[in-house]
Amino acid sequence: MLNTKFTPQTWPEHPEQATHEGKNKYVGIWIFICSDIVLFASLFATYISLRNKGPAGMQFTSQELFELPLAFVMTMFLLTSSLTSVYAMYHLKNYNFKGVQLWTGVTVLLGLGFLALEIYEFYHYVHIGFGYTQSAFSSAFFTLVGTHGLHVIIGLVWMICLIVRNASRGLNLYNAPKYFVASIYWHFIDVVWVFIFTVVYLMGVLG
Amino acid sequence: MSSVAVTKKKGVGAVIWDYLTTVDHKKLAVLYLFSGLLFFAIAGFEALLMRIQLMFPNSDFISAGTFNELLTMHGTTMLFLAATPLLFGFMNMVVPLQIGARDVAFPFLNSLGFWLFFLGATFLHLSFFMGGAPDAGWTSYASLSLYSPGHGIDFYVLGLQISGAGTLISGINFIVTIITMRAPGMTFMRMPLFTWTSLISSTLILFAFPPLTVGLFLMLVDRMFDANFFDHTMGGNTIIWEHLFWIFGHPEVYILVLPAFGLFSEIIPVFARKRLFGYSSMVFATILIGFLGFMVWAHHMFTTGLGATANAIFAVATMAIAVPTGMKVFNWILTIWGGSIKVTVPMIYALGFIPSFVAGGVTGVMQATAPLDYQLHDSYFIVAHFHYVIVGGIVTAIFASFHFYWPLFFNRAMSEKLGYWTFWIFFIGFHLTFFVQHFLGLMGMPRRVFTYMEGQGWDLFNFISSIGAIMMAIGVVLMVLNMLLSIKSEPLNCRDYWGDGRSLEWALKTPIPFYNFKQTPLVRGFDPYWIEKQEGNPEGMTYAEPLGDVHMPNNSILPLIMSIGLFVAAFGALYHPDGESWSVPVMVIGLGITVLAMIVRSVKDDLGYHLHAEEIIEIENELYGKGGNK
Repeated sequence: MLNTKFTPQTWPEHPEQATHEGKNKYVGIWIFICSDIVLFASLFATYISLRNKGPAGMQFTSQELFELPLAFVMTMFLLTSSLTSVYAMYHLKNYNFKGVQLWTGVTVLLGLGFLALEIYEFYHYVHIGFGYTQSAFSSAFFTLVGTHGLHVIIGLVWMICLIVRNASRGLNLYNAPKYFVASIYWHFIDVVWVFIFTVVYLMGVLG
Repeated sequence: MSSVAVTKKKGVGAVIWDYLTTVDHKKLAVLYLFSGLLFFAIAGFEALLMRIQLMFPNSDFISAGTFNELLTMHGTTMLFLAATPLLFGFMNMVVPLQIGARDVAFPFLNSLGFWLFFLGATFLHLSFFMGGAPDAGWTSYASLSLYSPGHGIDFYVLGLQISGAGTLISGINFIVTIITMRAPGMTFMRMPLFTWTSLISSTLILFAFPPLTVGLFLMLVDRMFDANFFDHTMGGNTIIWEHLFWIFGHPEVYILVLPAFGLFSEIIPVFARKRLFGYSSMVFATILIGFLGFMVWAHHMFTTGLGATANAIFAVATMAIAVPTGMKVFNWILTIWGGSIKVTVPMIYALGFIPSFVAGGVTGVMQATAPLDYQLHDSYFIVAHFHYVIVGGIVTAIFASFHFYWPLFFNRAMSEKLGYWTFWIFFIGFHLTFFVQHFLGLMGMPRRVFTYMEGQGWDLFNFISSIGAIMMAIGVVLMVLNMLLSIKSEPLNCRDYWGDGRSLEWALKTPIPFYNFKQTPLVRGFDPYWIEKQEGNPEGMTYAEPLGDVHMPNNSILPLIMSIGLFVAAFGALYHPDGESWSVPVMVIGLGITVLAMIVRSVKDDLGYHLHAEEIIEIENELYGKGGNK
């Protein structure tokens, strides 16, 4: 399976599902995402019920705390990274390995940019006194957004491993599903962020 | 890998290594079965101690604190660490065979799921030796558990977190297996009912376990890292735990009972020697129960104060579940009706199951009536109800399936005679224990009390209940004895032990080779093996492919290493609130081991290996003599 060489003409239409293992992985990641949706749903519900709740005399509320420009820039980073991930999958279908590596690499860079901004944001909040243990609101905020951040870190490590590992071996039917599955996972993280942007930041500042 | 390795005698070390690294669904099934039995015995022993304490009023056999620990560990262990792995054992063994697959979709994850479960369960049980077990009930309501001193609750939270991750992984694996690994011709509406219920039950795991993961995580950070989710002085809300727990907790009941339904739906047609009545309505009822199972969690919280409207909605939804469950009961009865019934041990369990489970279901509908539930809440009536469902439904299914599937597991049969003794002692003991508890509850005896005063009219019923519990314990001991004796008996080396098997798992000769079917079978209709037998097919099945090379997965030690990493990290987290300086490094080391193992798994190619057609023939000749699996 590793050594079969393809040309763009012989490369299958759906390389991610051309082998049985690939098909299992493809179905498996969707099933996993179903359960991850429920995980985030539980965290969102907890956050919504604890938003702006804290001990008497709590100084921070979502209206004062969140800054939409920063959240907007983070959103742009992540949305663009989803687009570049689509480019990588486009090249995957066309058996263009250089394109796959390049655009997966750009995705990783954009993800790192997002992560850096998120770390800055958390550092800033803690610095001004909005720490994890400060109130129910702070605990819920850091847990929800932090869980998403953890997903981003996992996704980045995953994609970096793929790029490094496959750099010298090219595309085959063994690693094509791996790229594809990582890409689906990355899109999912992106969708979750859209909800975080809406529920935490937009509703936090405006609603 | 050479073929002779399969049958050659191996040293003890090699066998242990084989089981530590195995990815074979049949071996993992055996591991699930034995670890499930171990925890079943532990939790049963805890129940026995509690019943001895409650045998007489004002008893001081065990202290109130110990009683709290026992009742917590009994409930937690029975649901998470006994019933779940035992059913997973049967699912692992039977589902791939029933759909004509060589293994599950992700053999590696199958192994990871088991080791996470096992090490999480071990971690939870270490609490007994390390400063006290959890003592806030299996529901561990936050207002109680948040302030429980010592590390008991921490063990509960971390142990269940790890084992819950294992359960979720296994659930995902079963869903993908059933979707993608079915043999040609095995359409969804030809799948045996146990496969169907395993699919729906796994789907419930998929949606029910994440809320538990979140709830446990919130409890973890609240207790160990000073977060404020449940602490009302910091703006938290203790009811969040109740919701998250029951959004998981109610589907959990169906996660366990649906495979039990499936097992009986396999057993009854075999011994009624008749096709399962109303197959498509059974499938429909299973899906409906799974769907409604998520709409009813607040019926555990009627007295929390959600308001009359919420209570009414959840009451109606709860009663609605009785409809698909009733469909199932009628279908079983109509399968037996007019059949050529052969009474065996599995069948007698099935016959005992139907009335017992219906009794548990009826009291369930009573409790669904919210006003009445205000009276029944937290009384022994509740205890009686859920034990009728769990023991009458799930445990009888597990015991029946021990007998039913023992030949597939071990190529040996359990004794029928001893089986009947077990059944009658256990069954009578079960009804003695729990039937009178209905009345104790109606008389006002609250659940979870460690003793009671005499002269309230509770003495006799409590005494009867404890006698019943002792009988149940004797029954279980007899059953374990039966299992041990079966090892000494002659190997069966036969196909279709019960003579009337209907689905594909019976088409294989025991012992089943590690690759299952040498050629993928072709399924020509519902009850495929029955069809082939009716047509006089000497091979027992029609094949979809010629004999060729078989692709098999490699064994791996990585699942165990990943699980050990989390096990180590859990100790770090546990001692973090004590301010131990080593707690954070231990957490980092543990998680590092897990992450490193994951990266190794991701980066290293694992292509499996091919078993050649000649090797298969050689193995089959060695297992079954010349002629192979015919």
